[in-house]
Amino acid sequence: MSFGFNSNHLMFLLQGAGWTLVLSLMAFVGGGLVGFLVALCRVSPNRTLRYFSIAYVQLIQGTPLLILMFLTYFGLSILGLTLPAIVAAGLSMTVYVSAYIGEIWRGCIQAVPRTQWEAAECLALSRVQRMRLVVLPQALRIATPPTVGFMVQIVKNTSLASVVGFVELARAGQVVNNSIFEPLIVYMLTAGLYFLLCFPLSWWSRQLEHRLLVTQRIEVSAI
Amino acid sequence: MTYKFDFTAVLAQWPLFLQGAGLTLKLSVAATLVGLVIGTLCAIGRGSHNPIMTRACAVYVEAIRNTPLLVQIFLVYFGLASVGLKVPAFVAAVLAMVINIGAYTAEIMRAGIESIHKSQIEAAECLALSRPQIYLHVILRPAMERVYPALTSQFVLLMLATSITSQISAEELTAIANRVQSDTFRSFETYVVVAMFYLFLSLLMRGAFWAAGLVLFPRRRKLGTPL
Amino acid sequence: MTIIQLENVHKSFGALKVLDGVSFSVNKGEVFAIIGRSGSGKSTALRCIDRLERIDQGKIQVAGHEVSDPNLDPRQLRRDVGIVFQSYNLFPHLTVAENIALAPRHSKGKTRAEARDLTDRVLAQVGLSDKANNYPEQLSGGQQQRVAIARSLAMEPQVMLFDEVTSALDPQLTAEVLKVMADLAAGGMTMVLVTHEMAFARNVATTTLFMHHGRVWEQGGPEMFDRPQTAELHQFLGFGL
Repeated sequence: MSFGFNSNHLMFLLQGAGWTLVLSLMAFVGGGLVGFLVALCRVSPNRTLRYFSIAYVQLIQGTPLLILMFLTYFGLSILGLTLPAIVAAGLSMTVYVSAYIGEIWRGCIQAVPRTQWEAAECLALSRVQRMRLVVLPQALRIATPPTVGFMVQIVKNTSLASVVGFVELARAGQVVNNSIFEPLIVYMLTAGLYFLLCFPLSWWSRQLEHRLLVTQRIEVSAI
Repeated sequence: MTYKFDFTAVLAQWPLFLQGAGLTLKLSVAATLVGLVIGTLCAIGRGSHNPIMTRACAVYVEAIRNTPLLVQIFLVYFGLASVGLKVPAFVAAVLAMVINIGAYTAEIMRAGIESIHKSQIEAAECLALSRPQIYLHVILRPAMERVYPALTSQFVLLMLATSITSQISAEELTAIANRVQSDTFRSFETYVVVAMFYLFLSLLMRGAFWAAGLVLFPRRRKLGTPL
Repeated sequence: MTIIQLENVHKSFGALKVLDGVSFSVNKGEVFAIIGRSGSGKSTALRCIDRLERIDQGKIQVAGHEVSDPNLDPRQLRRDVGIVFQSYNLFPHLTVAENIALAPRHSKGKTRAEARDLTDRVLAQVGLSDKANNYPEQLSGGQQQRVAIARSLAMEPQVMLFDEVTSALDPQLTAEVLKVMADLAAGGMTMVLVTHEMAFARNVATTTLFMHHGRVWEQGGPEMFDRPQTAELHQFLGFGL
């Protein structure tokens, strides 16, 4: 067995890990912004907004991320745009994350007891004020553990960006393996690097949950 | 926009799509059934008195849950081949998915098992039931009833994730989509059609699980209340 | 004939001494009531009899089983001892009939037909024959407790233990449960009950034990309620009011 794996390969993997982090951040920020809007629409008194956001979530949650990636990638080229793979990956992950995180945050908003809404209403606060001053701050506390937990899903799902050619960690692993043909070593290392990225987040999420003693566990895990 | 959408060329390939969808379902059902067993065993092992057993189960669950399915699939398919075990893509796909879903199921079943109050187990012990009997009759069925929605969601997600096995050329729906779009040059339309297929499969699976729930949980069927 | 024997039993939970040298014996067919304040150790003593707690020191013998022996197989003991809990602990996912038939079928190896006959018999005994196909959540507290009694009776035990079985019930539901217990007693079942129902203890129990600070403080027949010998029992029964 020729031990072809050297420090250059390791550097390449680490670079890939760096891009994984970049894409994860993009997905979290972008998906978070859109997801926040989705969550607000889901609890809106306006029926059209509500139904629209429900349809959006059902559609995205019923589609594999891989298909979303392909749709975005080929959709962009139809529009005549030739953009780097990271844009397609970032865009599709934003859409994907927005649907899941929107649902998680919707659950957290609804987990704030009805009595809080009523108390705020009786203080003559407008709906926007009620949301901003009373409900959302409390929902934020409830939302922290599942959001941190979902960040793990985001990091893992960036691995699919490899399919549209973006060289993040999984793609880096494929490239290295294609050159030295040591799948066990290469992919074990790749898995190990993902583990190092994800496990601290998983652990942190559990800590937050214990501290919060949330009885209602809002859990969505995307493979 | 000069692009003209043309779905007819893609829709003409519907027998191929049906074939791919069939394999997606086969993959999903196989992985679901075996994964459920493994996950339940692991959840039981997690609560065992043997520290090696609890440790082993915990390591398995954490390792799987903190690494991507894509890398797990590569490890199984290419890793096994590199040590001389050349398995067909379908087998490698099922194996990787079973290992993956086992870990997630274990977490869900663990939550269900822990939700069973100690007094239930005490009552069962005082009726002279053995440990395996207690698990079977008093713990597992109500535990599963409690976490059934979470289990259903998890297994539907599993079905969607089978799309990833296209990367090792398992001939499921996404692999078919890749093939069709390269033949027809209608990439966007192909993936839209395939997305519709997946949506339909999700509904199908949810329906199947709902029906199974009616059979497995007669109390729920008759009374309609949560446990 | 002595069927339960406790000799110098000690039990602590950490630094808290709950049983401090408890000794008593129960004869076959006896109705043995244990009364006392919360924290007097009475529930613990009962739970020790069915090996739900392990004692630190002393001997316990029940229906020929050496309960204090660490090597005892609890399943053997529990085929001969039935226990009913304050919170009934019925299995919510099984019907009343399934709850009752579970143990006879799987720990006593009865056939389906035998278990069904047994179920019918004990349900008739507690007056709930028409509820066989209901689920526990459809029954009142008193009915659930009677099902719990039936479930333990279905094991055909030599001894029945009752751990404050009416404490969670309102007076009307309490009465229906006590009636079942009185009928059981009249039928000759050996019963040990921890209870707050003084009237029941006085009218139905053959022997009453008053526990205080983890010790047997006073023991006697029904006359104990009219003429308490110790100041503590006197106070407990409310004569000081």
